Amino acid sequence: MIEKILVLEVVLPLLAAPVCVLVRHPRFCRLFSLGVVAACFAIAVALLVEVRGGGVISYQLGGWPPPLGIEYRVSTVNAYLLALVTSMALVVFSFDSRGGPPRVPEQRRHLYYAVFLLCISGLLGIAITGDAFNIFVFLEISSLSSYILVSLGGHRRAVMSAFYYLVMGTIGGVFFMLGVGLLYQATGTLNLRDIAARLEPSLDDRGSVLALALLVVGISIKLAVFPLHHWLPNAYSFAPPKVSAFLAATATKVSFYLLAMVLFTIFGAPFVFEELRLQAVLLPLSILAMFLASGAAIFQNDLRRLLAYSSVAQIGYMTLGLSTANATGLAGGLVHLFNHAVMKGGLFLVVACLLYRVGSVHIDALAGIGRRMPLTSAALVIGGLSLIGVPGTVGFVSKWYLVSGVLERGWTAAAVLILLSSLLALVYVGKVVEVLYFRKPAETQPIDHVREAPLGMLAPAWVLAAAAVFFGLTTDWTYGVAREAAELLLAGGI
Amino acid sequence: MSAETTILVALLLPVLAAVSCLLLGGGLGRPNLRDIATPLIGACTFAAVWRLAGDVLAGGRPELVLFEVLPGVELAFQVEPLGLLYGLVASGLWIVTSIYAVGYMRGHHEQNQTRFFTFFALSIFAALGIAFASNLFTLFLFYEALTLLTFPLVTHHGTDEARRAGRIYLGILLFTSISFLLFAILVTWRLTGTIEFTPGGILGAETSSGMVTVLLLLYAFGAGKAALMPFHRWLPNAMVAPTPVSALLHAVAVVKAGVFAILKIVVYVFGLDLLAGSNASLSLMTIASFTMLMAAVIAIRQDNLKARLAYSTISQLAYIVLGAAMATATGVLAGGMQIAMHAAGKITLFFCAGAILVATHKKKVSELDGLGRTMPWTFAAFFLASLSIIGIPPLGGSWAKWYLMVGALETGFAWQAAFLGVLMLSSLLAVFYLMPVVVRGFFAASPSAGPSGSAGGDRKPIAEAPFLCVAPLVLTALLSLALFFVAGDLVTLLNF
Repeated sequence: MIEKILVLEVVLPLLAAPVCVLVRHPRFCRLFSLGVVAACFAIAVALLVEVRGGGVISYQLGGWPPPLGIEYRVSTVNAYLLALVTSMALVVFSFDSRGGPPRVPEQRRHLYYAVFLLCISGLLGIAITGDAFNIFVFLEISSLSSYILVSLGGHRRAVMSAFYYLVMGTIGGVFFMLGVGLLYQATGTLNLRDIAARLEPSLDDRGSVLALALLVVGISIKLAVFPLHHWLPNAYSFAPPKVSAFLAATATKVSFYLLAMVLFTIFGAPFVFEELRLQAVLLPLSILAMFLASGAAIFQNDLRRLLAYSSVAQIGYMTLGLSTANATGLAGGLVHLFNHAVMKGGLFLVVACLLYRVGSVHIDALAGIGRRMPLTSAALVIGGLSLIGVPGTVGFVSKWYLVSGVLERGWTAAAVLILLSSLLALVYVGKVVEVLYFRKPAETQPIDHVREAPLGMLAPAWVLAAAAVFFGLTTDWTYGVAREAAELLLAGGI
Repeated sequence: MSAETTILVALLLPVLAAVSCLLLGGGLGRPNLRDIATPLIGACTFAAVWRLAGDVLAGGRPELVLFEVLPGVELAFQVEPLGLLYGLVASGLWIVTSIYAVGYMRGHHEQNQTRFFTFFALSIFAALGIAFASNLFTLFLFYEALTLLTFPLVTHHGTDEARRAGRIYLGILLFTSISFLLFAILVTWRLTGTIEFTPGGILGAETSSGMVTVLLLLYAFGAGKAALMPFHRWLPNAMVAPTPVSALLHAVAVVKAGVFAILKIVVYVFGLDLLAGSNASLSLMTIASFTMLMAAVIAIRQDNLKARLAYSTISQLAYIVLGAAMATATGVLAGGMQIAMHAAGKITLFFCAGAILVATHKKKVSELDGLGRTMPWTFAAFFLASLSIIGIPPLGGSWAKWYLMVGALETGFAWQAAFLGVLMLSSLLAVFYLMPVVVRGFFAASPSAGPSGSAGGDRKPIAEAPFLCVAPLVLTALLSLALFFVAGDLVTLLNF
C-alpha cells in the first residue's frame, strides 16, 4: 500500500498544476493547492514513519525494474527531505497573503498557483527519485518554475534578478547534466545505486574526477555555496515574500541533499574525503561563507537582503557539516537543513507580515514597529535568537552537533570559528531588534496607522516560531532522523 | 507535596508572577493588585525553595527530570547545597525587592511598570533554573535566558544611553558565554561524553594539566556574569537600569549566577582533587586577585554612587572566584558564604542609593553632604551594610572573609601569604570606597546650611524616601547583621 501512495507524492502536485490552469478560479486554486500540499505532507509523514529505523520503500515506474526503469526509492534520507519540503510548503501555502503577489492580476493568479505547485513537485521529485537523469529533469522543473516565481516580485528589479538567477541556474544545470553524462559514459547506467556499485573512482581516472568536479560545481551553484552565491540575495529580496519564504526554506535544502548524495552515495566518503580531500576546499569556503556573508548581512538595510545574506552564511554551516564527513558533523549539517528552514521560513513570513502592514522592510521604515505589531515582532525576535543559536531554539541544536563533529575531527580552530561567527548573527539580529523596539519612528513616516498583521498571516509565522522553540527542546524527530540519515549516507546508501 | 513537585512549583511560581503581572497590569489595568501579587507569589516561591532545604540538609538531592533534549542531554534539575543557597538568596531577596520596587517605581514615576515587573519575575525564573540545573546544558540554557530577559530591564528607559549600555551588556555577556562557556561545555562533552554535574567531577584524572588550565579559564571567563576583568565592563554599564534591577539583579541574581556557575563547575565538573592537583587554580587565583584590587581602586575614584557600588561588586565577586579557584573545601565554603553575605550587604547599599535618588534626586557621592541627618534610617542601613562588605564583625560579611583567609593559608602554594595580603588590602580599599559616603552623610555640613554652618535651632526635618523604600532596606541591613549569627548553619550546609 505505502509504495503505491509513494508515487503520489510527486504526481499529485504535478497533476494539480494543470487543474489550476484549467479551472482558473483564483479562490479555488488557492484552496485546492493548499489541499494538495496537505495531502503531500500527510504522505511524507507516513513515509517517514514507515522508513524510520532503517526501512526502504521502492516503487518502479511503469513496472520496469531498475536499472532499466526509473525507481522511486525512499529511505530515511529521502523521507526526511520530503517531510521538510512538504511541511514548509504547507505552512507557506496556509499563509494568507491576501490574494498573491500584488503585480499578478486577478485573472492570471491561477498561473501563479500552478507554477508554485510545479516547483514543489520538482523539489519532491529530486528528493524521491533514484535515477540520475530523472533528477536532472526535476531539477529543471523546479528551477524553471522558481525563476518564474521570483520574477513575480512586483519590483522591476525582480525581473532582472530572476534573469540572473536563470543564467546562473542554467549554468549549474548544464554542469550537472555534463557530470551525469560522464557518469553514464563510465558506468553505462543511470540508476543511482547502480552507478554507485559500478563506479570505481580513483585519482588516476580523469573521467570520474571530472564528473565529480562538474557535479559538485553544478550543485554548488544551485545550493549557493560561497562564492557561487551571487544570485541568491537578489532573488530572495525581490521575489514575492511568500516565495522567498518557500525558496529559502526548501530549494537550497534539496540541493544540499543532492550534494550529499553525490559525495557519499555515488563517489563514497573514502574517495572524496580521504583520497581527493575535498574538505580542503569545502571547509575554508564554508568558514568564509559564515564570516563574509554574515558580515555582509550586518551592512544590509533591507530586512530581506539581510536575511538572504544570512542564508548564504547558514549554508556555510551546512557544508561545514558535510566536510567533517563523520556521523555527528554530517547529522549536524542535515539537522540544520530542517532547523534553518524553520527559522528562515518563519522570518521571511514575518517579513511578509511587515510588508503587508508597513509597506516596506527597509530598516528605517521599521522604527518603532515593535509596539505597533507586538506579535509579529516577537516572532521575529524568536527567529533571530534561533539564528544566533541561543539554547532552547533549533539553532542551538545545529550548532551543538556541528561543533561536536568538528571537534571529533580535531579541528579545534574551526570549532572556535563557528562559535565566533554566531556572534556576527548577534550583531545583525540585534540591529533589527533595536530598530524595532527602541528607535523612534521618523517624523516623515508616521506609523500610527500600522496595526497587527491579520490572523491568516500571523498564525503561520507563529507556527514556525513555535516550531523553532519546540524542536529546540525535543529533537527526536529532527536530530534523531538526521543522525539516521547521516549514518546511512556515510555507509554509502540512500 | 513531593520534592519533585516542589522543584517544579518553585520554578513555575515566578512565571505565574510574570503572567499575573501581565494580566493585572496590562489587560485588566489593576496596578495595585499587580503590585500586591508579586511579593505574595515571591513569598510562596521562597517557601517552596525553603521546603527543599530540609531534604538537602538531610543529605538528600531532590531531582526533577523533565525530558531529553538531545541524546544524553536532559532538561533536568537537582537541588544540591550550592544551588539551594543561591536559590534561597535569589528568591528570598526577590520578596524584599518587589516591595521596594513598588515604592521606587512609583516614587520615581517610572514608565512601563508592567513590562518592568513582568521581566523582573521572568529573570527570577531564569535564576532559579540556573540554581537547580543538574547539568551544563540546563545551566547554559537558563544562563542565556537570564541575559536576554534582563536586557529589557537594562534598556528600560529607552534613552540613547540605555541603548548603548544594553548593547554592551548583551555584547559582552553573549560574547563570553557563546565563545568561551559553550566552547568549554562542548570540549567537556567531547572529552567525557557527559555534562552531568557529578560529585567529585566528571573530568578524569588523566586530563592533562594544560587542558585543565585552558578549560578552567574558559569556564571562568565564559561565565561573564562573574565580571572577571577584562570582561567586567557590562556591569557598570548596566547601572542605567532602575535601581531595583541594579539591586536584585546586578548585585544578586545575575552576577551571582556567574560566580555560582564557576563554583558549581569547579566542584562538580572538575572536582576539587583534580584542580588541586594541577597548577590551573593558581592562574585563576591570580586573575581573581587582580580583579579584586583593580576594581576596588577604580571604585574609590567613582563619584556616581551606583557606579561606585558596581565596581565594588566586581571586586567582591572576585572573592568568590578566588574561593572557587583555591579548590579546597574551605575555599568553596567561603565562596558560598560570600554569595549570601555579599547579597544581603550589597542589596542594602543599592536600596539606599535608590532611596537617596527617590528622595533627593542625587546620584553623586559628592552631593551627599549632610544627607544623613535628613535620612537617618537610610544612612544607618548603609553604614551597617558597608561594615558587612568590608568584613567587620558582627556582620555577616566577616565570616566569608575569615574563611577565605583560612582557605588561602591552607593552599599549598608557596606564596599563600601573598593572597592573604591581597585579601587584607582589598578590605582596606573597601573602607576607602564605602566609608566616605557615610562620613559625608553624617558629618559633612550640608551645602544649604551655608558656609557659616549655622548650627543650632534650625535642624532639618526628617525627609526619608517613601516607606515602601525604607522598610526593605532596613530589613536587609538587619539581615546582614543576623547572618553573622546563623553562619554555622551555612557551614553545615556547605560541607564539601
